Amino acid sequence: MPGGAAADPGSQALDAGGAERLLATMWRIRAFEERLEPLKRSSMVHGLTHLSIGQEAVAAGVCTQLRDDEPVYSNHRANGHALAKGVDMGRLLAELMGRADGCCRGLGGSMHVVDVAHGFLGATGVVGGNLPFAVGSALASRLLGRERPAVVFFGDGAAQTGIFAETVNLASLWQVPVVFVCENNGFAEFTPRSAHTRVERVSDLAAPFRVAARTVDGNDVAEVHRVFADALTQARAGGGPFLLECLTHRLSGHYVGDPGGYRAAVEDEAWRARDPIGRLVRQADAAGWFDVERSRAAEEAARDEVEAAVAFALGSPFPDPGIPAELTYAR
Amino acid sequence: MSHVIPYIAAIQEAIREEMERDERVLYFGQNMATSPEDPFLKQFGPDRVRVTPISETAEIGMATGAAVAGYRPVVELYMAEFLLVATDQVVNEGTRFHFMSKGQVSVPMVMVAGYGFTAGWAGQHTGSIYGMFMGVPGLKVALPSTPADAKGLMTTAIRDDNPVLFFQNYLLLLDEGEVPDGEHSVPFGVADVKRAGSDLTLVGTGYAVRTALKAAETLARRGVSVEVIDPRTIAPLDVDTILSSVARTRHLVLVDQATRHSSVAAVIAAEVAELGFSSLEAPISMVTALDSSIAYSKPVEEFVLPDEHKVIRAVEASLGLAPAST
Repeated sequence: MPGGAAADPGSQALDAGGAERLLATMWRIRAFEERLEPLKRSSMVHGLTHLSIGQEAVAAGVCTQLRDDEPVYSNHRANGHALAKGVDMGRLLAELMGRADGCCRGLGGSMHVVDVAHGFLGATGVVGGNLPFAVGSALASRLLGRERPAVVFFGDGAAQTGIFAETVNLASLWQVPVVFVCENNGFAEFTPRSAHTRVERVSDLAAPFRVAARTVDGNDVAEVHRVFADALTQARAGGGPFLLECLTHRLSGHYVGDPGGYRAAVEDEAWRARDPIGRLVRQADAAGWFDVERSRAAEEAARDEVEAAVAFALGSPFPDPGIPAELTYAR
Repeated sequence: MSHVIPYIAAIQEAIREEMERDERVLYFGQNMATSPEDPFLKQFGPDRVRVTPISETAEIGMATGAAVAGYRPVVELYMAEFLLVATDQVVNEGTRFHFMSKGQVSVPMVMVAGYGFTAGWAGQHTGSIYGMFMGVPGLKVALPSTPADAKGLMTTAIRDDNPVLFFQNYLLLLDEGEVPDGEHSVPFGVADVKRAGSDLTLVGTGYAVRTALKAAETLARRGVSVEVIDPRTIAPLDVDTILSSVARTRHLVLVDQATRHSSVAAVIAAEVAELGFSSLEAPISMVTALDSSIAYSKPVEEFVLPDEHKVIRAVEASLGLAPAST
């Protein structure tokens, strides 16, 4: 099953079907990024490639609950968010390969994926730069009499930027429906969080602005799903902004090719034991929803979808090297 | 028919008329609606007229998000230097969206910034810093010198589907001038010949248009016919009008209150040197601010800036005239 964003999933407690959908989404992200790494190393994928292997639970737990008209703003590590929000895998990979059939015709690339049809409105490569867009989207929704929350993903490194404080303050001041989702993976690019701040939890930064916040185990997709569902319900009901901090860990470097010397300081093995896919399978088994065979089937389906995406992307031509006038300026 | 109003009133008139015409136009700013009697607040209400905190970065980024969602925000930033606080959002975020998304999104947003308060406001509030934005892809830059152009360019800015930086000059705010009655828009990328002439082309930018016109008036009394051109927008920049003028006059002097190496003058000089070299009978001359911070003390402030006298000296040198006694 493709497992992208649902038309109108509502927010409800996780059941067997919901768990299967999250499983499929996480496998799609995992399989995509595991394939991406060799494609990047063999130069078939152009430019910078930031992987989120190990962090899939956050993208899946959040994006699969959003409607197409509830926008997501992402950052440089966008693949998981994009796939979970419904961006077509082949078009995403074609974008990463700089091909004409990429969702942005190869003009944006991995850090600037946009797919308006699925409410994936933008990804920025400057840490923190995407945060205020969500406030603008949420304000627009409020003015239109809808109350469609906007979601913006950011890493724990972005919490040290000035724009973070400015944006959370503005969202609180105007009480607009924004959910700030922090993927706290303990690393800001190449250095651990302890080298950047003495603030232990990003969620601690929300209280002075009187914004509700929660910190969850970001490798437990059921918990991410449950707490985000509550945040979404609150935001849809006019309850204003919410900050969800997801503690997680990227099992790969900052980007493909990152020498990773700093990573001796972390125990990848300990985190591998908390792999979000394995944890969901154990939970599902205990709940009697499905077992590891179901997970293998989901993995196989995901890997098949990835191979089809690779074939699609490799079959797509490079774009015409000209710059159309209508892209220089909007008219 | 026309009416006579100050430059600042012309800008406000354009914003008000566009807000009346299009519900999607929003107006944000740090000192917006400080009183319930504020005319914009009274007319359009607090949903559309919003006070923002001193958070330029979030303010412009928020406006970008609202623009992506279909609104047309006008962000009042007061001092142009405050754009620098938010440089990533001004230069590197909303300006890129349209291109990077293959045209899926556009960002119709106007950022209003006052510049050139060269009346003792010293080093951080007096810069004519528009030049540093004219090479930003996806960003349009308007630089009106008269009330009529101020209104017409603001109307066009609000209707444009791209981010527009609208630079208003602080020393011109109260200058009165005729503004056409009714709807009035001025196209972007179309220079205006403010004074026709045949001996020399003098291009001014923003406030410097006034300096250029004063110099042209003085020179006319000596029988020197100077053509004064105002590009009005510097991105897009109408080089063709300047080239065709230079083809007739064969002499070019540029007046710009920006620092020499960040001036519009430097860009125009390069374009004419490349595209109009054969027309020239004398070197292009740039009369700009020095590459210096603006001083607080009045005599030093004046030393740094271009003025009518410096323009006249440059025209005399270009035409090979003996300097007039002043």
